[in-house]
Amino acid sequence: MSTSRTATSRPDTDAGGSATAPPTPPSAPPALGPVELSRWAWRQLTSMRTALVLLFLLALGAVPGSVIPQQNIDSVKVAQWQEAHPALTPVYERLGLFAVYGSPWFAAIYILLMVSLVGCVVPRLRVYWRAARARPPQVPRHLSRLPESRTFEVADPDPEAVLARATAVLRRRRYRLAVHPGAVSAEKGYLREAGNLLFHFSVLVALVGFAAGQLFGYKGGVITIVGQGFSNTLSQYDDFAPGRLFNSDDLSPLSFTVDDFHVKWLTSGPAMGQPSSFDANITYRTAPGAAPRHHDLAVNHPLAAGGANVFLVGHGYAPVVTVKDGKGNVAYRGPAVFLPQDSTFASFGVIKVPDAVPQQLGFEGLFLPTYGFTVARGPFSQFPDALRPVLSLVPYHGNLGLDGGRPQSVYSLDKKGLKTYPSSDPSLGPVKRLKLEEGQTVRLPDGQGSIRFDGVQRWVKLQVSHSPGKGIALGGVLLGILGLMGSLFIRPRRAWVRVSQAPVGPGDPRRTVVELGGLDRSSGGDLSGEVEELERLITASSGPSGTSDTTPTPEEHA
Amino acid sequence: MSTADFATFSDNAVMFASIVYALAFLAHLTEWVLIRSLPAPQTTAEMAAQTTAQAVVRDAVPVGGPAAGPTEPAVPVADPASGREEEQELRVEKYGRIGVALTVLACALHLMALVSRGLGSDPIRVPWGNMYEFTLAGTFGVSVMYLLLLKRFELRWMGVLVTGFLVVVLMLDVLVLYQDAGPLVPALHSYWLAIHVLAAVIASGAFSVGALTLVLFLAKDRAIRRGTLRPRGYLSRLPEAPVLERVAYRMHAFGFPIWTFAALVAGPIWAEYAWGSYWNWDPKEVWAFITWVIYAAYLHARATAGWKGKAASVIALVGFASLLFNFVGINYFFGGGSLHSYAG
Repeated sequence: MSTSRTATSRPDTDAGGSATAPPTPPSAPPALGPVELSRWAWRQLTSMRTALVLLFLLALGAVPGSVIPQQNIDSVKVAQWQEAHPALTPVYERLGLFAVYGSPWFAAIYILLMVSLVGCVVPRLRVYWRAARARPPQVPRHLSRLPESRTFEVADPDPEAVLARATAVLRRRRYRLAVHPGAVSAEKGYLREAGNLLFHFSVLVALVGFAAGQLFGYKGGVITIVGQGFSNTLSQYDDFAPGRLFNSDDLSPLSFTVDDFHVKWLTSGPAMGQPSSFDANITYRTAPGAAPRHHDLAVNHPLAAGGANVFLVGHGYAPVVTVKDGKGNVAYRGPAVFLPQDSTFASFGVIKVPDAVPQQLGFEGLFLPTYGFTVARGPFSQFPDALRPVLSLVPYHGNLGLDGGRPQSVYSLDKKGLKTYPSSDPSLGPVKRLKLEEGQTVRLPDGQGSIRFDGVQRWVKLQVSHSPGKGIALGGVLLGILGLMGSLFIRPRRAWVRVSQAPVGPGDPRRTVVELGGLDRSSGGDLSGEVEELERLITASSGPSGTSDTTPTPEEHA
Repeated sequence: MSTADFATFSDNAVMFASIVYALAFLAHLTEWVLIRSLPAPQTTAEMAAQTTAQAVVRDAVPVGGPAAGPTEPAVPVADPASGREEEQELRVEKYGRIGVALTVLACALHLMALVSRGLGSDPIRVPWGNMYEFTLAGTFGVSVMYLLLLKRFELRWMGVLVTGFLVVVLMLDVLVLYQDAGPLVPALHSYWLAIHVLAAVIASGAFSVGALTLVLFLAKDRAIRRGTLRPRGYLSRLPEAPVLERVAYRMHAFGFPIWTFAALVAGPIWAEYAWGSYWNWDPKEVWAFITWVIYAAYLHARATAGWKGKAASVIALVGFASLLFNFVGINYFFGGGSLHSYAG
């Protein structure tokens, strides 16, 4: 928030802004009635110290969400983490650490902060409304006691004429003026506080916009194999993160087919193996009956249609396999989505064959788009493009555990009821591992069936999202920056000029003494520069022969 | 020149820029060593005068009497014994100027390194596509910020610190973060790369210079409170503690709106295009937000009686630590877990 929720504004600090002592700590309240108690609590809440503490808590509270995997960001990672830390998981769960940004304690921090902000800003609005229409304050008796002051003489013998010109100088420099006999007071920089208030107001606006997106929006990810389609219903999503107040009827009736996918890899240079570009051609309809349209989906080139946005966020391989069971029947045929593990697109995946008899079959392993092998590393992928695709799978037989009705991830095997096969070559490890080149068929031991690697398809990961209120949030932040700049860079200043007849000796020409004083009401302004400029302008406008004997006051350096 | 030539040229320019920054550092060091042999300002009044005198000669050497106003030329002290001192003062001034001149030269080389880095990538692009380049651009931001404000805020006393900082960071950049010039990853194919990163780099530059100033302020403030301010020491030659504090505040006030723009406007807009959601609670986003909140707390604290000065400055330094952690730490500790991981 901004600089000048100043000392003067918060009720617990000394009015006048000159307080150097820290605000008095809240002493234990004497026996109070409910009214006094709530007033005391309100004063505490809207104090600057509380606001600072809440800001710190907000910063601190945001930290765990960046360290611990979050449910609404990466639920797979949360599951992995929970598996690895069984003791901590219940504690973390109770503290809401897997959904920090939606947890009650995080909400408590920012709601208190907002209340504190409103409690601070609303009274200031009233103060500002009065101050903005007030006349500049009276001329202090001793201008020389101000932080910055000058006394000098000008050649013009008529003080009134000098004052008129000084007034004109101040007016040209956009000061608001109040002319008194023999003196003028001036003030400018009223917009600083306006900027300050605007900033705090726009924090609220941005938050409302953001909250709307979080509450009513949704974000879902779907992996679609190239050639297949998607229609915007909940059951089609692989992961779906709705806002708290989201209603599934709000899903726009969008549907599309992924027609084609292209990826270009860099085959030379220092960034070899990095994709230089990838994009997917899709055909979409905004409603079941609507005319089909085409869009080229790429990173930084999303599709906005029917209230939803569709983004291309990832891609990978789906090897196509045919599995025959022990009786020679085709028990499984089709592409299986494998998830890339690193930049070489070595991808991990499983194939579940529940229809195989006499025993169910499962396969777990790696898809290597460009096969490589060293004794030290074992099989690995040399390059992300599918130049020499190989499947390296560990076959399992037994019970896949799908009958219990418990939902299972399609990316992992439940190995409780499964057994491996013994390795035929113990030097390669105790467990049997199959290596399949494209087009190759491998038989399983004991006549339990065979697996054929038919070919490779690609999949794209698409994200469909809808975040209402993002225009409001953006507008709020932009307004906030505008207000911030006003509150940081506009300098509220006061200046006073007093003129009088200079005492004259015999034979001297009559002259006018000008007293000039300045006060900077913000911190960090270059006040002496401004006062100097005023002196120069007043002297210049009052005749060229004016000799000035500037005496900077000692305070000038402080 | 071919693309590869530009890339090589860039690497060489970085090396030469580092060397020249190091020479500038040595020149400023010499300046401060020579200053120690000069008599120190004795009283607060004289120290005040010194501040005024600095406005004239841009130096920490007291050359003007208390009456030396900003518009008058400096009046040499009319003490016959000060002839040798005067000579010494000239030498101090000479080394200070050499330091600044070398910094300007190094900054020019630094700029050439950046430009040729952009030209040395195929296709040509902005020279901030990975951590090595961010650091190269960020240090350039610090250097430019310092040189631009040198005159306006009389910052030459900061020279030794800034050049030292630049040498160390540039060396670490080349040793630890170096990557060959190459094309961007697809996610960075957007003009928002220029806007978002440039804003972040400018703000980080301002925050860095501000943080360096605050470290000096806190050191001086502490020495004054404990009465351990040695009259010939480095600290006593710095501008008055409130001046230091004010310069630092202005840096932060300059950087904060730009940081707000980079982290809360340009970042989310680009994220909306590239990742499908304007706020993803990505570690880098979270920490950019944390940094923003801490700097906001600093600006509030500074405007509050009882917090202004030491307490507020410590908050700003915590903000700087969070900025650095966001820049380096996220990529090290979170790696591929962050959507910003291509920045590594």
